[in-house]
Amino acid sequence: MTFTQSFLGITANPALSVLIWLFLLLAALYFARKPFHRAVTAFSKLINNAMRFTASSVLLTEKRLVQRNREVLIAESLENAERLVEREFDRINTAVTRDLQGYPGLHRQMSEVITSLEEDFNKTADVPPSLPNWINIIEAIANIKHSGDSMIANMLAEINRTLTEQHMSAIEAYRTSTSTRHSLLNKIKPMWRKLQKTITDVGKSITALNKRAKQIDKYMDNYEQIRAQTDKAVRMLSSSFMTRFFISGIILCIAFGAAIINFNLIALPMSEMVGGGSYIGPYKTSDVVGLVIILVELSMGLFLMESLRITRLFPIIGSMDDKMRIRMIYLTLTLLTVLAGVESALAFMRDRIAADMETLRQTLIGVDEMARAASNIPTIGQMIMGFVLPFALTFVAIPLESFILSSRMVIGIVGAGILRAIAFILRLIGNTGLYLGKFIISIYDLAIFPTIWLEGVIVSKQSSVKKITKEAPKSIFFKRTKKPVTNQENKNDKKNDKKEQTE
Amino acid sequence: MKKTVVFIIAFAVILTGCADTKKHSKGVYMLLDSSDTYALELKTAQSIINYLLGTLQPMDTLAVASIDTGSFSEKDIIAKVTFYQRPSVANNQKRAFQKKLDKFISNVKSSRYTDISGGILQAIEYLNEADTGKKYILIFSDLKEELKKGHVRDVPFQLTGFNVIALNVTKLRANIRDPIKYMERVEQWGKIIESCNGEWRVVNDLERLDNIFAE
Repeated sequence: MTFTQSFLGITANPALSVLIWLFLLLAALYFARKPFHRAVTAFSKLINNAMRFTASSVLLTEKRLVQRNREVLIAESLENAERLVEREFDRINTAVTRDLQGYPGLHRQMSEVITSLEEDFNKTADVPPSLPNWINIIEAIANIKHSGDSMIANMLAEINRTLTEQHMSAIEAYRTSTSTRHSLLNKIKPMWRKLQKTITDVGKSITALNKRAKQIDKYMDNYEQIRAQTDKAVRMLSSSFMTRFFISGIILCIAFGAAIINFNLIALPMSEMVGGGSYIGPYKTSDVVGLVIILVELSMGLFLMESLRITRLFPIIGSMDDKMRIRMIYLTLTLLTVLAGVESALAFMRDRIAADMETLRQTLIGVDEMARAASNIPTIGQMIMGFVLPFALTFVAIPLESFILSSRMVIGIVGAGILRAIAFILRLIGNTGLYLGKFIISIYDLAIFPTIWLEGVIVSKQSSVKKITKEAPKSIFFKRTKKPVTNQENKNDKKNDKKEQTE
Repeated sequence: MKKTVVFIIAFAVILTGCADTKKHSKGVYMLLDSSDTYALELKTAQSIINYLLGTLQPMDTLAVASIDTGSFSEKDIIAKVTFYQRPSVANNQKRAFQKKLDKFISNVKSSRYTDISGGILQAIEYLNEADTGKKYILIFSDLKEELKKGHVRDVPFQLTGFNVIALNVTKLRANIRDPIKYMERVEQWGKIIESCNGEWRVVNDLERLDNIFAE
């Protein structure tokens, strides 16, 4: 006898059996209704609360992360601003030292020029001798008409001659004096020019200093804004950091490409040096050595940039005393040059090995040995590339520093975004759980609606009987008839809904 | 600090320990059938050997031996070489190897019998001595073994770690009439090799020689 047969065999009529079973099932579900409602509500609230708490703690972490990001951003930006101001002060210092160092000399030079000018000018003030005043008198005497007396005639002739001579002499003296004055004034001209030039130079220096001072003012304003941690400043800095992150990322990708080219230049000839058959792990030793050489070059480049104080990834290098730092510059530069030379030689060797391999390949496939390339340009090109690439890779330190610094911020922003998304998902799960519980309860009630309907009918009948017999007050009647269990629960549910929405 | 020192020492030990040449090296032993029925195919073998010479790397081992009446002998090895670790030297070794092979193939004399089992035994011995990381025995033959009376070859092969690859297994005249015999022949060799823990493959398409070293 199967389960169905036994199930339907409780009466002679299967339909009746089904009805009995259905009735029993509905009765069981009706009696289990309240515990089921409580269990489902409790479970859904448990999920909702757990998710809400988790979401709150995630949001708290996100807030902390955002705060930390802000602090990092401000700290980085302050450092940058300080660097800029420091650099401007350095420039001003250089300009002031350069210009004011020569100031005593300049002062002396100007004083000398001015003294000389004064002297010359004073000399030009000497008025040329004027013509004698007695000329008019003598002229009058010379114009006296004589009556033929030879003595008087001689005397007048003498006076006329003397007068002419005196006149000529006075004109000569006047001309000489004027010429001297002109020559003195001519001498003054270049001195004036010199003085003017000196004053213009001083003016230019002062203007440059003024410009620098304005620049510093601008930087200081920016610095103050960052210090004040205004939202505007933070927004600007964030966008600036994102830009830096992407640009430095692009440049690093380019540098990565250069490193790969570099690697390909030296990997094959390395097998000639360290052997082509040895392996480190699953990798050929020659490949690993090639990679190590490139990494060493990168490290040297990094140290060089640090020593030059262009980057600040290793504060210990930047804070070294100048003597030691300069030694380090020379050391790293020498090592880089040696490595570049080695790479260049390897590039040459690579060309030879590749040509040899190609010849062998041609022989093996039965083709006549091809003519060797007559031009040396590819070989020279490879050698130049081998020499230049290590130095070019040195500059990777700059975008690398920028990338590392900005990636802190970007990772923080991405992390905060992820946390926000997690919090949202958690809240969504919590709310879904809560409403799923309500949905299950509603479905349950829908499934046993005949019993609930029956309950409503019975309760209303009981209430009407009580009204007739006891004349119960209206309020009690309404309370009992209008507030069956389901309605009460619905009301509670609505309250809960409102509460959750406000939360 | 202590942890750092331990890490550095461990890293150095791993590096030195892993600088292994034998593990990655290949050992190839090629058997050339010079029997009456197959001697004409030896020209094809030349291109296979050239392919091997072009493919094998420094520190790999290559040996070519002929299959004749009694192949379990060092005398049957035509040429053998372990390529030097410097590619330029290895290239010169390859050239010399090719010349030797060319000379052999142009002067080869066909044999009456085909001792494939003896050749395999010799190959196992040679490659085990060479101690290479991967071992390949290439059998360039129609796989029809004909042993001279008195030769005992029912010795089990120790083929663990060996790849045995039959190349250019040609069909005999009788096989054209009755292909089952050809299939049985190939299958029988496969069973023998696999029963001795070896890997068995057949590569008849010589345009796809890269399948030889395919894992």
